[in-house]
This record gives sequence, structure tokens and C-alpha cells, in this order.
Amino acid sequence: MTVADVLLLALGAVAVGSGALVVTSAHLVRSGLYLVISLGAVAGLYLVLGAELVAWVQVLVYVGAVVVLLLFAVMLTRAPIGASRDLDRPVWAAALVGGGTGLGLAALLADAFRWTRYELPEPGTAERLGEQIFGGWVLPFEVLSILLLAALVGAIVLSRPDLRGPGPAVGPGPAVGPGPGPGSGASGPGPGPGSGASGPGADDAGFRAREDAS
Amino acid sequence: MHAVIPYVTAALLFGLGVFGVLRRRNAVLVLMAVELMLNAVNLIFVTADATLRSYAGSVFTLFVIVLAAAEVGVGLAIVLQYYRTRKAVVVDDVRLDEPEGGGADSGGADSDVREQVAR
Repeated sequence: MTVADVLLLALGAVAVGSGALVVTSAHLVRSGLYLVISLGAVAGLYLVLGAELVAWVQVLVYVGAVVVLLLFAVMLTRAPIGASRDLDRPVWAAALVGGGTGLGLAALLADAFRWTRYELPEPGTAERLGEQIFGGWVLPFEVLSILLLAALVGAIVLSRPDLRGPGPAVGPGPAVGPGPGPGSGASGPGPGPGSGASGPGADDAGFRAREDAS
Repeated sequence: MHAVIPYVTAALLFGLGVFGVLRRRNAVLVLMAVELMLNAVNLIFVTADATLRSYAGSVFTLFVIVLAAAEVGVGLAIVLQYYRTRKAVVVDDVRLDEPEGGGADSGGADSDVREQVAR
């Protein structure tokens, strides 16, 4: 047992313990805060394992952005402050599958690696990781940037109700007619019956019509 | 360093994520459990890097982090849109086979919620 082992064990225990609280806590907000602890402990594991840049990206993106986004969602869905009843399904099926998956994987990995000792690598610098990304991985990197842009646009379109009226109206070509399909035709100018549900279909149809026009 | 420690940690975290996805009924909590699973996979990547002396795992971990950010952004947009129309985020009540006229009875509630959100 070296210092690294002790650190790995302690951080792993913190990560797994707060992870267990994330999935069992009855308070929505506390779940999010336990998620912060769990993700922070995983960032500590990355530091011990020598992946310094990954650790800081984890802190920045996960703890800084993703968890804040999740807490915003908790707030925007008007979650109660106290403990929520009726948050969980009956436990046995989930415990069976989750426990089976976790313990099965743990047994598999423990059997594969036994108590083999590895030398810790020297801490990886951002320079070497950058060489890797912009050397052999540059094409996936660019594809990923396009995916991020698509996710950004998709999130905006999804979350703005004023963008989802009659589909073709937002497009540059109003010549495509009064909205193909019964969904957008029925929704009309106001929030008609089920316009929220038929919105994606209308958008899709509008997109297709625009594609045909061009 | 014994590589089995982070590996087993990652396996347990993944199991907890599966447990959370199956057990939770609140959509936001389901997303949190998905984050746990993604983190478990990242931890396995980084540990494999440390044992194999390569950098591919770290690069892929960065990619997975970016993917997780995109996933949580779109997922929360969907959850909020659903909350706006139905005033609930309970996954069990989501009807996947919405009939054409099914929204007629909730149309009034829809516009009420819209107005509330607009205010």
C-alpha cells in the first residue's frame, strides 16, 4: 500500500458513497449537491492517476456547468424544498439489476487485474494531450464541435415556445403553404390543442419542406 | 498503484448509475444517474491510460465530457418543455403513444401553463 493507493481508496470511497446518496436521497437538491461531491472525488482520482488536464476539465465542465444546469432544472421544475415522497419506484428490481451490473463488473475487473502493481505514470501535461488531440484525433474533435453546435441549436429550439408555432412561418420561405400535416394545421396561431406535442412534427415537416424548396 | 482500486470504483459507480436510472421517477434525477454512469466510464478510460502509458484514453475522456454536456443540455430542454406542457417530470406518466386528439382535454391547462411561464 503506497500513498497513491491510500488516496485512491479514500477518494473512491467518497465517490461511491456520495454516488449512493445521489440515487437514494429523498431531497432533489441534496441529490444534486451529493453529485458535486461524487464528481469532485472522481476529479481527485484523475489527479492521482496523472491526468491533470482531464481533472481540471472535469471540475470546470461537470462541477461547474453540468451540475449547475441540473440544479437550474430542479429549480425550474418547482421541486419542493423538503423531502419528496413518491420519488422512487419499488426498490427491488432496480437493486437487482443495478447491483448485478455493478458487482458483476467489479468482480470481472478484480479478477482480470488481481493485485497487480503498476508504476504511476508521470503527470501528463496539457502540451502532450494537446498534441494528441490536434494530431491523431483532429477529425473527431471537429465532428464534436459540430455536434456541440447542433446540441446548442436544438436546446434553444426545444426550450423556446415562440419558435414552435406553425412550422413554416419561422422559415425564410413562406411559400410552402399553410403547414403540411394535420398537426401544425390544427395548432394554428395560438397554443391550440396539443400544440406542444405536435410541435416537433411541425418543425420537422417545415424543415423537410424547406429542404425541398432549396 | 494498484489498478484494481479505480477499476472497482468505476464498476460500482456504474452500478449505482444503473440503479438510479431504473429506480428514480423524476426525470432530473434520472439525468443525474446518467451522469454517474458517464463518469464511471471516464474513470475506466483514465485508469487504462495510467496502466497502458497512452494518451488515447484521456482524449476520449475529454470527448465524453463534451458529449455529456451536450446530452444534459438537450435532455434538460426536453424535460423543461415537458414540464411546461404537463406540469410534471414523472417519467412513468409520459405517454409515448399520444393520440391525435389526446391533447384536447389538456389544451386549457397548456395555455394556462404558458401564461404562467410568460409572466
